[in-house]
Amino acid sequence: MALGTIVLVLLPLFASNYVLSLFILLYAYVALATAWAFFSGATRYISLATAAFFGVGIYALAIAHVYLSIPLSLLAAAVVGFLVAAVVGLSTLRLRGVYFVVFTFGLTELVHQVINWAEIKNRTVTRYIFTDVSNVSIYQTLLAAALLSIVGSWYVSRTRLGFALRAIGEDETVARHTGVNTTMVKILCFAASASVMAFVGAVLALRYSYIDASIAFNNTWSFQVLIAALLGGAGRAWGPAVGAIPLVLLSEYFSGTFPRHFPIALGLCFVVIVYFLPGGITPLILRAYHSFDASRMLRVLRTGRLPEGSELAGRFRAGVARLNGRWKI
Amino acid sequence: MAGPGDNIVLSVRDLRKAFGGLVAVRDLSFDVHSGGITGLIGPNGSGKTTVLNLITGELRPDNGAILFRGEDIFGWPAFRICRARIARTFQLVRVLPHMTVRENVMLGRMFGSEPREPTRAAREAVTLLERVGLAGRDMLQGGQLTYIDQKRLELARALACRPQLLLLDEWLAGLNPTELQTGIELIRVIRREGITIVMIEHVMEAIRALCDRVVVMNAGERIAVGTPDAVLSDAAVMRAYLGADDAAA
Repeated sequence: MALGTIVLVLLPLFASNYVLSLFILLYAYVALATAWAFFSGATRYISLATAAFFGVGIYALAIAHVYLSIPLSLLAAAVVGFLVAAVVGLSTLRLRGVYFVVFTFGLTELVHQVINWAEIKNRTVTRYIFTDVSNVSIYQTLLAAALLSIVGSWYVSRTRLGFALRAIGEDETVARHTGVNTTMVKILCFAASASVMAFVGAVLALRYSYIDASIAFNNTWSFQVLIAALLGGAGRAWGPAVGAIPLVLLSEYFSGTFPRHFPIALGLCFVVIVYFLPGGITPLILRAYHSFDASRMLRVLRTGRLPEGSELAGRFRAGVARLNGRWKI
Repeated sequence: MAGPGDNIVLSVRDLRKAFGGLVAVRDLSFDVHSGGITGLIGPNGSGKTTVLNLITGELRPDNGAILFRGEDIFGWPAFRICRARIARTFQLVRVLPHMTVRENVMLGRMFGSEPREPTRAAREAVTLLERVGLAGRDMLQGGQLTYIDQKRLELARALACRPQLLLLDEWLAGLNPTELQTGIELIRVIRREGITIVMIEHVMEAIRALCDRVVVMNAGERIAVGTPDAVLSDAAVMRAYLGADDAAA
């Protein structure tokens, strides 16, 4: 683990600019997906507002970097993200289920249009970001952000706060009647998650030379982050990171070769998660880790057949059964 | 007014709650004496669960006063009422299905009154589980338990909040005769430990066996109060349960 971290820290010394950019995107997704799952995975308040807070971070940086140093501007972006989410949370965390999903989806559009309107009134449609921040610094900042969000999320999951989040996801009424200040817990964690999203947006904005509202507020971020987190599995702190890696690599590959078909792949990815991996990849990894049996593995390799009643075969049958139930194939 | 040293734990005064035009609880008053078991009975739809939801902060009363140990808890949020030492169970069993049995109880220990850190809460949860008869099941998922065991788990979770007043909403409903005897015994043990109990119940056998006092509600109003025997032979109570004609016969 430590060795891997050292390799990642030293990577900019010998990697090409392309590889660096790919890793920057990867870390951004890992941090975003981890932050998303920290709140939405535990409480099951499925948020599509990632793009909103991400965009708020971009705008906060674009405005702040004129007056403040870059580190201070990044900090300011995180604080603004926290505050915006706290205000939004106060008014909307009463909504449950699909109402919350739809509201958060609309929130991105709302913030987008409000900023658009304010900018037009200001007679500016685009803003320029002039900095001399190198790709290596961006790489290091996002690597730190990704690692810190995983460690932070893991740490909180072991505290009373993390316990309260899970209890809210299980049954909010019970949590309330067992002494959990549910409103406070929800708002605090929603805002903490949003501040990470805003921070990531602000760091990525350093690479843009100009921004406008439609660049900053792009719903694709919300969906891809959600899919990355669910693909990995939102039950563990490191789960979303596991999902973000294949998703970013796939999206990189597809957008190079089949730029127009990527949404289809994304959609298929979602179908696979829902029907075949409701818990994401992490439960598979955990089970494989706990039940690793070398002799059995050798037998599978020698005969080339999965043993009867194996995890994979069972999962496949269960997924097909779910599909059958839905579509009567 | 109930004050310290008085033996009235909970005092409900002129409590009122309406849902639109329907008045679910109409100017209800009753007292709960310290260390005893008070039954809250009445036909279906008479407002018993609403009263319990008003006391625990699930619903906000329209009017009235709820004094707990002399303090007016009217309009407090549910979590604060729990921390003030009023715990409850639910009419339809609510365990946290994907958390372990132990975690279900830890929740109460970590957030009720006298909250504890996770490691200590885990230790104390195991002791509580033994008390309600769930020893050895602590690592199962809440949803894997049988119906009666889920009821035991709910009770353990409520006890983990360290209540002085425990509100049971039809906790004995749906049990078979053997389980009912076990359940009655369990409630007796809890009372002996000094926890005051208010129980909504339909099982008359349990009411006779356990309750010192019974408050009878009908259509949101109190129609009788007294010992179980006195109340159950009351003409107004008969009418409410059986209808006017059958009661006369």
